[in-house]
Amino acid sequence: MVANSSFMNMFVQSPVKPLQQHIEKAHNCAVQLIPFFEAVLAQDWTEAEKVQQRISSLEHEADELKQYLRQHLPKSLFMPIPRTTLLDILRMQDRIANKAQDIAGIMLGRQMQIPASMAEPMMEYLKCSLSVTRQAVDALNELDELVVTGFRGREADVVEKMISRLEELESETDKREKQLRLMLFKLETDLPPVEVMFLYNIIDWIGELADRAEQVGSRFMLLLAR
Amino acid sequence: MEIIAQYGDVLIILACVVGFFMAWGVGANDVANAMGTSVGSGALTIKQAIIIAIIFEFAGAYLAGGEVTATVRKGIIDPTLLEGNPELLVFGMISALLAAGIWLLIATSYGWPVSTTHSIVGAIVGFAAVGISVDAVAWGKVGKIVASWVVSPVMAGTLAYFLFRSVQRLILDTADPFDNAKKYIPFYIFLVGFIIAMVTFTKGLKHVGLDLSFGQSAMMAVVAGILLALLGTWMERRVKYNKKENEDYSFTSVERVFGILMMFTACAMAFAHGSNDVANAVGPLAAVVSVIGAGGELAQKSAMPAWILLLGGAGIVLGLVMYGHKVIATVGNNITELTPSRGFAATLAAATTVVIASGTGLPISTTHTLVGAVLGVGLARGLSALNLRVVGTIFMSWIVTLPAGAGLAIMIFFMLKGIFL
Repeated sequence: MVANSSFMNMFVQSPVKPLQQHIEKAHNCAVQLIPFFEAVLAQDWTEAEKVQQRISSLEHEADELKQYLRQHLPKSLFMPIPRTTLLDILRMQDRIANKAQDIAGIMLGRQMQIPASMAEPMMEYLKCSLSVTRQAVDALNELDELVVTGFRGREADVVEKMISRLEELESETDKREKQLRLMLFKLETDLPPVEVMFLYNIIDWIGELADRAEQVGSRFMLLLAR
Repeated sequence: MEIIAQYGDVLIILACVVGFFMAWGVGANDVANAMGTSVGSGALTIKQAIIIAIIFEFAGAYLAGGEVTATVRKGIIDPTLLEGNPELLVFGMISALLAAGIWLLIATSYGWPVSTTHSIVGAIVGFAAVGISVDAVAWGKVGKIVASWVVSPVMAGTLAYFLFRSVQRLILDTADPFDNAKKYIPFYIFLVGFIIAMVTFTKGLKHVGLDLSFGQSAMMAVVAGILLALLGTWMERRVKYNKKENEDYSFTSVERVFGILMMFTACAMAFAHGSNDVANAVGPLAAVVSVIGAGGELAQKSAMPAWILLLGGAGIVLGLVMYGHKVIATVGNNITELTPSRGFAATLAAATTVVIASGTGLPISTTHTLVGAVLGVGLARGLSALNLRVVGTIFMSWIVTLPAGAGLAIMIFFMLKGIFL
């Protein structure tokens, strides 16, 4: 006799845990940009390459988690989180890892130089952007608590606060982005034009890390709003 | 008449063997769903679950299994039409048992989710309608039974929804969930004890020689509930808040308090399951024994011998010990999502529904009731994902099992008639 049980088949693996693992992975991937930038500022390209490879492999792991989660979400699932919202959050999270990989890839490939006067504000800006992704990880960490409390009450308030903090951090990042652009604008006549173009791109992309994290937060907020 | 006098012993032995086999099957397979919730939630180890199942399945079968057994034995068929041909009832009930047993074997080996209850009811209706006459079936009663198959999952779902919402309101969504868990869980334990005791005292204990009035029963049930709640409070003292384990998931300590509650609901579930599902096996057997025992009289009044319920209970326990533990382990390993706080809501709702059905004499499917209860927790947004395809398979199992059980019973019925007549 085989153990068959319609009851047992009701239970599928919860998407909560893989989703949390995924954003954690994406964040870990992006955080590697700090040692990467340090190596770039020191013009240590062998170290930079090592870190870039680490970023690549973390991005790859995040991709695998994403695939796994997508494959385990059949349409017949009955979930307190709408399937589309969940897939949206997943997509946004994945873009964080992708963007980190793009940044490291292009900077390594072109052996980009950051003007010395911009070094410190650039690092600050990067760290600020990563604090937004960190906040998104922390907020997502509350998802299992939210499920058991039915997305209501205290736990919902806690998450709401975390997300408004996330939004604050994101606008802080925006401010720094503007300052950095202005700084580059003042320097740009003295720099090789192609290099400047790519520097603008990098500034833009670092900002995108925070943007995606904020989008994760706002999608997450939708779950509470009902 | 002569047939019964001539082959009475053979027929009784045959019925006992098949009935025992059915009970064995219930123990081996069906108990797993009832106990799997507690094992999956981590509230019980497999060993503890088996011990609880053995004691409470047996107690449920023996103490509260009488009403449903009576329905299966004499509620589905109108025996007045069989006056003069009691052997038809004997053959019919044996073929129903055989048919349901064979059908369950086929279905389980292919992995189809079928219900023992549906198989046996389908088989009895089948042989009666075709083998005897369409009027021999008490259609009113059958209608009620079929309706209860729809009502029971819905009722369990509703109960589970409100139970889980109350847990969210009183415990999880508060400033201090751990203290509130300790405060309110004894009340839930009281509820468990009260419901089970109430049904047992009002419906079950007559054949043990205890006849209580409704008021007396209610009093006794309240006392039983309070005693259990006190026991629960005493057990709770050992659960201490552990800051470290709550870092990742802030309700880990709370869930450990719910683990105690889950032990009580596991007992209730095993009891409820025993009280309802033993009838599938021993109901037809009881019919055979009473007809043959009365020398062919269709003795409506005769009480059912207690040894039949004992035999059924023993069969369940044997199945459980021989094979059921494996199935419990499989089910338990697959439903870890059902943490004690959720599992208790689902299990208590299902156990309550099943026990009430047992008290009213309605044979229902424990598994389907549990499915309904879990969906209720899901509706309270308490579970992160449930596979709804299972609802489809339940409908399929209704559509397939009733005719399959009936068809097999009809075939076996005519074969038996051919052999003995």
